Amino acid sequence: MSDNTNASLLNTISVQADDFDQQTQYRLLTENNEQDGAVVIFVGLVRDRNEGRQVISLTLEHYPGMTEKSLNDIANQAREKWGVGQIRITHRIGTLALGEQIVYVGVAAKHRKAAFHAAEFVMDFLKTRAPFWKKERTVDGEHWIEAKDSDQAAADKWS
Amino acid sequence: MINILFFAQLREVLSCSNLQIDSVPRTVGELRLLLSEKSELWAEWLSSDKALSAVNQTMVDDSKELKSGDDIAFFPPVTGG
Repeated sequence: MSDNTNASLLNTISVQADDFDQQTQYRLLTENNEQDGAVVIFVGLVRDRNEGRQVISLTLEHYPGMTEKSLNDIANQAREKWGVGQIRITHRIGTLALGEQIVYVGVAAKHRKAAFHAAEFVMDFLKTRAPFWKKERTVDGEHWIEAKDSDQAAADKWS
Repeated sequence: MINILFFAQLREVLSCSNLQIDSVPRTVGELRLLLSEKSELWAEWLSSDKALSAVNQTMVDDSKELKSGDDIAFFPPVTGG
């Protein structure tokens, strides 16, 4: 088995319409894992306002196959940089109401700094590399959200 | 033959989710030019600053060479997370 294959065994990637349970995700990162002393979890939620607009809901589209592949690549890059253990990424698709969970990133590592860095790196790259697109529904109708320069700048800072 | 996919706003604006063409342009850039001949709308939305490209599910730039059987996708800058 190549190193790459071994690394991928430490990634759990899911793109799904269903909601996810944080306790379950946390348990899966920590059970039978006595080598890691740190877990960092990030959860992204649907916010009520975006650039001054009152949001009603978001609809997420993705590119089946490429999305999972790119998330796996991002997780592998994070592990190469900081030597972290398991990485779990769950991203929802379909229509989500205000306050609903959109994305989960969980990283287990021996020490906290590596886990913090890796989780931030995964989110910064997910937002600029993984093929997802958000359509926003507001009182004025529907429109596609445009990519933000600030997200690109956040990803660029790692290179 | 190559298979071309369109996602998100591109799919909606062009009213096209996928199409197959028999000829195989040399590069992704040449494919953009070929599709741009369809109409001004296609030319506008397939410009390199509006549409990112992937070949066989890996992001590429316009110099990427194509071969028969490739899946090429065009889509707007991504906005997940």
